Amino acid sequence: MPKHKFNIVTSTCVPLPYDNIDTDRIIPARFLKSTTREGFGENLFRDWRYDSDGNLRPDCPLNDPRYSGCILVAGKNFGCGSSREHAAWAIADYGFRVVISTFFADIHRNNELNSFVLPVVVSEEFINDLFDSIDRNPATKVSVDLPKQTVTNLETGQSETFEINSYKKQCLIEGLDDIEYLLSHREDIINYENGNKF
Amino acid sequence: MTPKTLFDKIWDAHVVNHITDGPDQLYIDRHYCHEVTSPQAFAGLKQRGLKVFRPERTFCSPDHNIPTHDQDKTIADPVSRHAVDTLKSNASDNCLTYYGLGHDLNGIIHVIGPEQGLTLPGYTIVCGDSHTSTHGAVGAVAFGIGTSEVEMVLATQCILQPKPKTMRITVNGKLRQGISAKDVALYIIAQLGTDGCTGYFVEYAGEAIRSLSMEGRMTLCNMSIEMGARGGMVGPDQTTVEYLRGRLHSPATGEEFDKAATRWLALATDPDAKFDREVAFDTANIGVRVTYGTNPGMGIDIDELIPEPTNESEEKALEYMQFTPGQPIKGTPVDYVFLGSCTNGRIEDFREFARVVDGHKRSERITAWLVPGSRSVMKQIVEEGIDKILQKAGFELRQPGCSACLAMNDDKIPAGKLCVSTSNRNFEGRQGPDSRTILASPATAAHVAITGHL
Repeated sequence: MPKHKFNIVTSTCVPLPYDNIDTDRIIPARFLKSTTREGFGENLFRDWRYDSDGNLRPDCPLNDPRYSGCILVAGKNFGCGSSREHAAWAIADYGFRVVISTFFADIHRNNELNSFVLPVVVSEEFINDLFDSIDRNPATKVSVDLPKQTVTNLETGQSETFEINSYKKQCLIEGLDDIEYLLSHREDIINYENGNKF
Repeated sequence: MTPKTLFDKIWDAHVVNHITDGPDQLYIDRHYCHEVTSPQAFAGLKQRGLKVFRPERTFCSPDHNIPTHDQDKTIADPVSRHAVDTLKSNASDNCLTYYGLGHDLNGIIHVIGPEQGLTLPGYTIVCGDSHTSTHGAVGAVAFGIGTSEVEMVLATQCILQPKPKTMRITVNGKLRQGISAKDVALYIIAQLGTDGCTGYFVEYAGEAIRSLSMEGRMTLCNMSIEMGARGGMVGPDQTTVEYLRGRLHSPATGEEFDKAATRWLALATDPDAKFDREVAFDTANIGVRVTYGTNPGMGIDIDELIPEPTNESEEKALEYMQFTPGQPIKGTPVDYVFLGSCTNGRIEDFREFARVVDGHKRSERITAWLVPGSRSVMKQIVEEGIDKILQKAGFELRQPGCSACLAMNDDKIPAGKLCVSTSNRNFEGRQGPDSRTILASPATAAHVAITGHL
């Protein structure tokens, strides 16, 4: 997975105004057979984007020529279901760098962070305003400023702060992953094992 | 000392480091691997020039990609075969225990862990699979992780994880006759929603939970993820101890086992411990449950009518399921029945299915796939003569694996067909593109299998 260094991302958006988008929809199980991390973007939302004959489904926002950009805006409980990190890889491989929702499923949220995709949790008010803006003007841009932890709808000027712990924020800004942290703490692990009672 | 929940006790005892304004570095006692979510982690490890840090703590079994027939032959699908072979060579390169296809101990990873006594009370357990929550049934902190985290465990036996909040779900009263753990799980999910427990780790408590067998507790804990919970657990009691006695990897019987049992029984939430959230339900309200939509929270009692959709997502779900609001779900003709998965693929589930179909015949309109969760379950089915009952009623047993739960192998429900499934997810296309799924208990599935309708 390319370790993008995050700073400020400003882009148009692709709206998916549906709740409970599960990881089976993001990447169906039959595409999980690959043993590498690459190439999953091709099958992102496969059965939503294509019908069984392989034709583009016109009702899928990803097929709508009006929408583009590296920010995905989705309804609440995004990424519920299976723990497959392939879902986050597919999102990244397709070209998204940020996903905005009011609510993410726990495992998927971790998977996005570990795949260098930034999950941004916003208020109900913010997302409704954003869906309205995109509806009125598909060229609506959003700016996500990680160092300042702010997200701004550039069409309406509405802005709010978002949560991310300072450890993970630093990892994203510097392009570091958790294994690097863990490997540098091997001695603590061995000390722990010597006292582990389970 | 401040009273603590069982979850807090186990979690806190496994924290190696706490990162200020960040996650905990958590030590992992047991790690399970299957072939879908591990190859990229092993590849990452290799790229870093590392070997598995604690090979004795990781156990591997291929389950998702494997066919449920002719397991003595090579896997026909070359991509599936490659995935399974990759797990085998990764296990061998790193000296990990591997239960390959056809091995006596092969099976769905969440079925074989408890049945071999690899899953023990007080443990932290992870696997690159959301249904790892199953193992919480013995009183362990068990949860699903992503592949990057699998790599962390392989490399260091630790992961970095924000500590979830705690929640207790109490189910008061005795379960009504014929009501199973699956009905309880589907009821709770319908009440709380598929995001009702997101951010929380759940402890199940109350008379109804205590009355469940270990298999029943596994079914309930398995479905914790479907309410959004990080995991679910049941505090160990005598049922837990008896279940673990004599298992392959449990402490040996005799003095060693008794000592372990005493330690396990001491693992309990303190009487005055505070949970971040408490919810209680009454068994009087829990009937035979089925789902009617495209997420596990869209469920009703079998006697209820299909509800009116409350938003666009629910409207889409009803359209997909070809159901009309106000229509009874009871009597709906069904095409397929699937008994199996890490939710309901254990011996108790096959006993229950056989009890219902005994003396009846499979309905001609039903294609039934009966898939044991493991080789051991399959063996026990034969030993108990359950296979004979099933055969007489016109059912065939398949070989173990995840099968039609997520249809990664050939066991796909055809487009448009309706399946009553004992698995855990009814998402659009989960059991095959455009297939339709109703989640239910093994007993309900058995009734459908002989009558042809709900």
